[in-house]
Formats: sequence, C-alpha cells, structure tokens
Amino acid sequence: MAPVLKTLENIGHKVIDGILRLGYGARFFIYSLRVSGESLRRFPLVIREIYFTGVMSLIIILVSALFVGMVLGLQGYNTLQRYGSSEAVGVLVALALVRELGPVVTALLFAGRAGTAITAEIGLMKATEQLSAMEMMAINPIARVVAPRFWAGVISMPILAALFSLVGVFGGYLVAVQLIGVDSGAFWSQMQSNVDFRDDIVNGVIKSLVFGVACTSIALFEGYDAPPTAEGVSRATTRTVVNSSLTVLALDFMLTAFMLH
Amino acid sequence: MERSTIDVWVGIFVAIGFLALLALAMKVGNLTSSSIGDTYTVSAYFENVGGLKVRAPVKSAGVVVGRVNNISFDDDKKEALVTLNIDTRYHFDKETNASILTAGLLGEQYVGLDAGGDTAMLKNGDKIKMTQGAVVLEKLISQFLYNKASEGSDKTEKKAD
Amino acid sequence: MNPVTSTPVSDNIVEIDNLSFSYGNRLLHKGINMRFPRGKVVAIMGGSGSGKTTLLRLIGGQLKPSIGEVRVEGKVVHEQDDTALYLLRRKMGMLFQFGALFTDLSVFENVAFPMREHTDLPESIIRDLVLLKLNAVGLRGARDLMPSELSGGMSRRVALARAVALDPQIIMYDEPFAGLDPISLGVIVNLIRRLNDALGATSIVVTHDVHETFAFVDYVYFVSNGQVVAEGTPAELRESAMPFVHQFVHGEADGPVPFHYPAPDYQQDMLRGTST
Repeated sequence: MAPVLKTLENIGHKVIDGILRLGYGARFFIYSLRVSGESLRRFPLVIREIYFTGVMSLIIILVSALFVGMVLGLQGYNTLQRYGSSEAVGVLVALALVRELGPVVTALLFAGRAGTAITAEIGLMKATEQLSAMEMMAINPIARVVAPRFWAGVISMPILAALFSLVGVFGGYLVAVQLIGVDSGAFWSQMQSNVDFRDDIVNGVIKSLVFGVACTSIALFEGYDAPPTAEGVSRATTRTVVNSSLTVLALDFMLTAFMLH
Repeated sequence: MERSTIDVWVGIFVAIGFLALLALAMKVGNLTSSSIGDTYTVSAYFENVGGLKVRAPVKSAGVVVGRVNNISFDDDKKEALVTLNIDTRYHFDKETNASILTAGLLGEQYVGLDAGGDTAMLKNGDKIKMTQGAVVLEKLISQFLYNKASEGSDKTEKKAD
Repeated sequence: MNPVTSTPVSDNIVEIDNLSFSYGNRLLHKGINMRFPRGKVVAIMGGSGSGKTTLLRLIGGQLKPSIGEVRVEGKVVHEQDDTALYLLRRKMGMLFQFGALFTDLSVFENVAFPMREHTDLPESIIRDLVLLKLNAVGLRGARDLMPSELSGGMSRRVALARAVALDPQIIMYDEPFAGLDPISLGVIVNLIRRLNDALGATSIVVTHDVHETFAFVDYVYFVSNGQVVAEGTPAELRESAMPFVHQFVHGEADGPVPFHYPAPDYQQDMLRGTST
C-alpha cells in the first residue's frame, strides 16, 4: 500500500511542479515580449542570431528535405500505381509536404539543432555568471540575450519550412519523374491544380510560425531556468528537445483540426 | 566572424526563404491560375450539384473563366443555388447554358458554360436560366437498365405482331 | 555633500543595517551590520558557503533582504525603482569569480561593452578608453584575443578592466584570488590597491585568502554562521584571541569550525559493522 501511495505522491508532486514551471515559463515568455522593443531597435543583434539559428540549420534542413521528398515520391508511386493513379504522385508529395511535413519536420529538426544550441548557450552563460555580470552592469540580460534569439527563431522557422517543402517537392520530382518515369507534365499540372495557395501553403506558413514561437520559447526558457551545473545544462537540453517535439506535435493536431474544419 | 559576413549570409537566407515561398505559390500551388482580377457574380439553380465544391473552376470551351463562389440549398425551390464568380474579361449572354461536368471519367467536377444566342449579356447579380445538373451514376445505370428492358419488350411486341 | 567644506555627509558609501537574508528555507544572514567607508579597501572573509558572495549581490540589488536594509550612498537599494537602480549600478563595478567574460566577444569588445551600452561616446573615444583600461591591467596587447584563449589570470585581469570601464565608485571583487598562481595573485593584489587609490573608489573584496588579503586591505569583517563574528584592521585581527579568528588566521584544522562533519560516535559506528 505504502509504495502505491508514494508513487501517487510523486506523480502529484511532478504535476504540481509541471504546472508551476508552466506558469513561470509563461511569465518569462510574456516578459521577453515586453522587453523586445529594445532588442528590435538593436537589430544587428537579431541578425546575428538569425545567422546562428537559421543559416546554420540550412544544411540539415535541406538534406533532410531532399530525402523526405524522395521517400514520399517512392512510397507515393508504389501505392498510387496500384490504382492507376500514378500521375497523382505530385499532388501527394506536394500536399504532404506543404501541409504537414514541411512545418512539422522542420520544427522537430530545428528543436534538435538550433533549440539545443540555444539552451546550452544560455544555460552556460548563466552557469559562468555572464548573465549576472550583465545585470550588475545595469543591462537587462533578457532584453540583450533572450529576446533577440526569440525573434531570430520566429523569423527563421517559416523560411526553413518553406525551403523544406520546396526541396522536398524537388526530391519527389527527382524520384517520380526522372527515376521512375512518371510524366513530367502530368506531375506538375496535377499538383498545381490541387494545391491551393490559401488552404495549403498559407496554412503551412501559419503552422511554421506557431511552431517557431513554441520551439524557440521552450529552448530559451529551459536554458534560462537550467541549474548552473554541467548536469543541469545537459538535462535542460534534453528537456528542450522532448518538450519542443511534444508541443509541436500537439499543436499540429490542434491547428490541423482547426484548419480543416 | 566578421559582422559584414554575417549580414550577407542572413540577407541571402531571408531572400531565398522569400523566393522559396514564391516558388511554392507559383509552381506548386495555383496562385497564378486563381483569379486575381475583378469578377462579377451570377447565380444558377441546379437540380443536383453532384460533387461540385466551392472554388471549383468555371470553364467555357475548356478554359477557366471563373470560380464557384458558394453552394447553398434553396428551401422554397428545393434546388441547389450556386453562385459563380466570372472574370470581367469574359461576357456571356442571358441564354447561356450552365452544366455540371466531370473532368475526365472520375475526376473533379466543374461548371461548364455554353454560350447561347441572346444579344443581351449577363450582368452582376443575374441568373442563368438554363442549367443541367450533375449526372448521378445510379440514375444513369437505372436509366440504362430501363432502356435495355424496354428495348427487349419492344422486340417481343414486334415479334408478337 | 557639503559644498563649502567638501567633506561627505556620510563617510560610508555602503552601509548594511541589521540584515537578515534567507535563501529558500535556509537562513544565510542574521542581523549583519557593516560599514564601508569611502576610499577604503574592505575585505569580507569567512569559510566557504558562509554567504559572502550573497552579500555582494544584496549590495548590487540582485537580491532583496528579508529583514534590514542595504544602503548605497544613503539610498536603500531594494526600494529603488528600475531607473534608480540602473543609476546606482552604473556607479558599481563587479569582478565575478573566474571573470564571467562574454565568451562570444573579444577582449577589446568585452571591455568596451559597458561603454557602448551606457554611453553615447563615439567609437574613437571608446577605443582610447578601452586601451587605457587594458593598459592599466597590463593587457593592451591582448586586445584581440578571445576569452577562450586567455589564461585564468589574464581573464581575471580583463574582467577587472571591464569592471572599472566606467570609473565606478564601488568595486566589488568575488573571490578574486581563487585558483591563481602566485605571480598572477601578486598582480591582482597590486591592481586592486592601485585602482582603488587612483579612482578614489571603495573596494569590497570577498575572499578567504588570509595571507594575501591582510597585506593590502584597510579593514576586515569576519562572517561565520550568518553573523559578523569579528571585525578590525588586519593588525588587530592577527593579535585576536577569539577562537574562530585565531583558527582562520592561522589556518588550524580544528577549532570552532569543526573538522568532523556531524556523525555518530566513532567506536559505535565501527563496531556496528555490517548491520547498518
């Protein structure tokens, strides 16, 4: 009986802790937004962060996009040709990418690459007292360090997602048209008549913006909240990836349900 | 890293992001084909709209001249009321026939417009009087069977004479 | 400040009154009283974990006292609003343990950082000022190095140059001698004294290095178990008969600060063998 009670107690404890952290995280997020005015005026700071989160993520995003697109082409053709609709493979690849895989996979990769980098960097700055030093120099560390990274993430994510979708479509084209031999004209024309700008592409962009906000905020918060030890920072980076991924997938479901309504 | 190098790379990054979005809109999506120009609205009653969807194309002679704006049910007439947005570049007369056709054998449905002979042209808010509803597969089959059956009975009648 | 005789109204630039501070459930300080006169170098000494660094953070306004006041130039620190706190902090410079240099900026840019953030001075003047400060700590030639390329002593000196970038009136040092070789140590001691006198500032040094500190500070506060247990000039304290001070100054292994962490009776513990 006692172990069961203890487990329940632990679970209850964890839930309360989780809620407390959520509240703390929400306050942190809102505060970062409030002090963003200063960091947006110092735009070179934001540009520098766009370089480190966005530009440096390009390679992993583009290579992954190519492979995902190619696999979609293969799998899509494999199934569609059974019903004689192999020419719809373009539609399948494009819609899958633009609506879902573009924003979601980009967000997951972003969380893994840029998110962990942000968490580790801020966690380390906290551990080596750089953030304290800034505070003592009468400079708001959140305005100077956290807010620019937030805006950089929000700006980079849709760009990366759009590139992912584009390169993925190209990958699908390579496999379906060049490799397998689906008719190029049919591939593109079917795609163009079935992918709607407003319903599909714009919705994809909206999704990637939301994911950008989510992933970047989580990465920043975990870094800022990390205990200033080696173990603390390492656990924080793990939490960034796990929490970002789960949040992105949950948000994806909610957004998709809302958009397809 | 030099400040200017970072600026260049970020500039390139944002630029290709924008271009990617544009490319997606143009090559992958239907932005170029969706009517960005001015349109005027006409409506038509159909017995059966079949699988027609909003934003389906309105074609004449196979060319897209507009989009389906709205599909609703008229409770008085017990028929479907479809409103169409037609590009202002194209004019159709009041005796135009609107029918719901299928692209290919099992493809998407669209509204086809066949010009009539009237001198007066359709204006914004007018109604198309001559319409033909979608072909419902079940009715087609039952009609075929009925025809086959009556053909058979005609033959037996003739034999009987 | 009396303009006629130009003697300060209060001789103390920082005053701590009846300070009690708790960190979570742990009471760190109980009724602490300290005075830091202008122009003097004062040391705060005590064992590890006695809350010495926390005192610096309380002076800088990063933490709020539970009871009592910390006054800087007569103003109660934790009652100041953001703008006033900002102005107060501009008068302070702090040297963090191990430097806390910004790792993504070069040495030059680290020292220029406070100048760029708080002043509108043109780049040419900032350059001259930065080189001046770096020269004072002997690292003008290292201006283009990155913090990862510096040794411990060098990064400490750069951090010192950064701390005095805006000619502060209060300079705080958090364990400035930790982990330094004797030469670097001598350099830092030298710099602390010279900078203090050159700037006419007040220096507060938190440390547990008795030998080096006693050689150059004007006054010492001893903190143990959250209270000031002793204070005085280095000479006075060397003669002190107080057990804690005596143990600390002479580096004795056992005394008021016990050698053994609380444990059950030794014989009993060993005799119990495998049953525990």
